[in-house]
Amino acid sequence: MALLQIAEPQDAAAPHQHRWALGIDLGTTHSLVAVVRNGAPECLPDEDGHCLLPSVVRYEADGAVRIGHEAAAQRGAIASVKRLMGRGYADIPNRESIALDLLEGDGMVRLHTAQGVKTPVEVSARILGALAERARASLGDDFVGAVITVPAYFDDAQRQATKDAARLAGIHVLRLLNEPTAAALAYGLDRAAEGVFAIYDLGGGTFDLSILRLSRGLFEVIATHGDSALGGDDFDHRIYCWMLEQARIAPPCPADIARMMRAARAAKEALTQDERARIALTLDSGEAIDLTLTRDTFFAMTSLLLEKTLASVRAALRDANLAANDIDGVVLVGGATRMPHVRRAVAEFFGKEPLVDLNPDQVVALGAARQANILAGNRDAHEDWLLLDVIPLSLGVEMLGGLAEKIIPRNATLPVARAQEFTTARDGQTAMSIHVVQGEREMVADCRSLARFELRGIPPMVAGAARIRVTFQVDADGLLTVRAREESTGVEANISVQPSYGLTDTEIADMLRASLAHAADDRDARALAEARLEGEQLLAATASAMAADGDLLSADERAAIDQHCAALTDAIAHAQDTVAVYHATEALASATEAFAARRMNRSIRRALAGKNIDELELPK
Amino acid sequence: MAITVTEAAARHIEKSLARRGKGIGIRLGVQTSGCSGMAYKLEFVDVTGEDDQVFECHGVRIVVDGKSLVYLDGTELDFVREGLNEGFKFNNPNAKSQCGCGESFSV
Ligand SMILES: Nc1ncnc2c1ncn2[C@@H]1O[C@H](COP(=O)(O)OP(=O)(O)OP(=O)(O)O)[C@@H](O)[C@H]1O
Ligand SMILES: [Mg+2]
Repeated sequence: MALLQIAEPQDAAAPHQHRWALGIDLGTTHSLVAVVRNGAPECLPDEDGHCLLPSVVRYEADGAVRIGHEAAAQRGAIASVKRLMGRGYADIPNRESIALDLLEGDGMVRLHTAQGVKTPVEVSARILGALAERARASLGDDFVGAVITVPAYFDDAQRQATKDAARLAGIHVLRLLNEPTAAALAYGLDRAAEGVFAIYDLGGGTFDLSILRLSRGLFEVIATHGDSALGGDDFDHRIYCWMLEQARIAPPCPADIARMMRAARAAKEALTQDERARIALTLDSGEAIDLTLTRDTFFAMTSLLLEKTLASVRAALRDANLAANDIDGVVLVGGATRMPHVRRAVAEFFGKEPLVDLNPDQVVALGAARQANILAGNRDAHEDWLLLDVIPLSLGVEMLGGLAEKIIPRNATLPVARAQEFTTARDGQTAMSIHVVQGEREMVADCRSLARFELRGIPPMVAGAARIRVTFQVDADGLLTVRAREESTGVEANISVQPSYGLTDTEIADMLRASLAHAADDRDARALAEARLEGEQLLAATASAMAADGDLLSADERAAIDQHCAALTDAIAHAQDTVAVYHATEALASATEAFAARRMNRSIRRALAGKNIDELELPK
Repeated sequence: MAITVTEAAARHIEKSLARRGKGIGIRLGVQTSGCSGMAYKLEFVDVTGEDDQVFECHGVRIVVDGKSLVYLDGTELDFVREGLNEGFKFNNPNAKSQCGCGESFSV
């Protein structure tokens, strides 16, 4: 704590201005802004007292832009734009279910609006702008910036798009923070607890699970897992299906489907308090539905959805190398965790009651506000913690033969920098193409390509002599920079990885699943690729030896070697099994053994020619 | 309850007043602003006002206005040396949280 000096009367130095900093949860359906006031984080409500701002924007033909509640009620409003952030048109999962006028094209997807074509970044900027405006009205003061939360599985492009949206809204981004991590901050620090925590976040459309370790002020995320297609909406959908079965109605029209889904959601939320919920509505078709859903029925028909979340929990525990009873506390986040059977299932799985004191809709924003407050320099004496995040998928580069060499493993804590040395594969190679990939699989073709760049100006050297150091750096926001440097000459190349479209959460989940399912295939593929590579190297070496010292071979010998070369070339091109390639390689190796010995003798003789015996250093 | 100063603080206040050449004591107060809501203030006193309360401790006079006293009652003013810095420090039993700069607190 700073020490005070005595000041002259009326001249007391004004205490430093509080540097306001915002925590913003930019959600798929709702967004919130929170700030630390009087040492505690709180959400800022709008004039009507609502903390939640629907993440909905409507561009009017007359030039007005409506945001939030006033846009939500209207048709033609843009909702769930978060799903489009940093994505290309072809990248968007269940495109047909999104009620938006999307434009096909390269780069990030664009939307048709009454005010022309807009990008998801612009739409998000409107939402962020509305929250910033709310903060200005409430704090009556300018703020230094904001911490904005993103799903744990957001990739580079999605994070970059989020940052761009903030910049467009005139908000300085202090840090992007993973949503579950923010939630843990809101809880873990309030309690100054030590131990290992699980954050179970079941929102409207996504499920995220993170495992965090808190110890001596150090806050570390040790594993994350999730399912981007699992949330409260799926529970609504189960009720909708049940309604169809029970009411025996004709297939409903889109307007009736929407009506029934709303009724399903209302029933689900009612069952959080009540034992039974009545669902009564009349459809456009004239048919009437009047049903009563009991808790028991609802719980039974959604138990599989719960089981799916627990499968993710198990996977995360496996990644973290922990058992359920190693978890010291469980935090519930997301509106859907209000459902009693979700709470019960989580409590049973971990053998302890989850923490539910904070409003599950708000925890993420509250934690973000806390982090923002500290980054703005308003650090409390007891708050000198450091926050570490993890990288969701391994990062690596493509090696000869299509192999992916991991440089930063999945779940490495951020920020992180790792370097690895590579070398040239051919004599006189002066350029090297570096292909950055992300994923868990062994083969590049099965991973996701992030970027390619070239390192030029490598001095010509024999294969294997150049030393190329490739450094991967991922900053605290999860954004990647790759640097490659040839050590002997200092030639350098670097890029910020900004892919033109992003990986979907589902893809990440699928890729992770596939990496487990394909572990054996991958091993075989890797072995085959290695065998081929070895064969190719031997072919190249044989060809250059024949060119240099072909005169040492008789015509018969030469024919035999040519024949083995042809057989090996064929095996490399066509054989699907590693053993065949190895056999062909070995056959060529033994066929050239005598030739290699003769070349060796010749080069020794050349080296000795003209030298006096005295000049030779002989071992004494 | 009252406001107190430690021996070390009293000694330093005496020295400061002597160096300044005038003044009857020091004023402790709070201002509303700063990162945790309120900030301390520490000034020389030449004249006291109607609303002021005066305490004596270790031979020095401490002046606090009525409004500030609500937040400062029971506070001990200390003088400490931390590394290369030396200065006054408030030990306020009312403060629930304090900002890192030590200039502000909340109750
Ligand atoms: N009382 C309640 N009982 C049951 N479910 C509820 C209750 N209140 C809200 N929900 C559900 O919570 C879900 C919305 O949660 P939340 O606001 O956390 O989602 P989100 O953060 O916008 O979505 P996502 O995390 O997928 O981006 C909806 O499915 C809603 O029906
Ligand atoms: Mg959420």
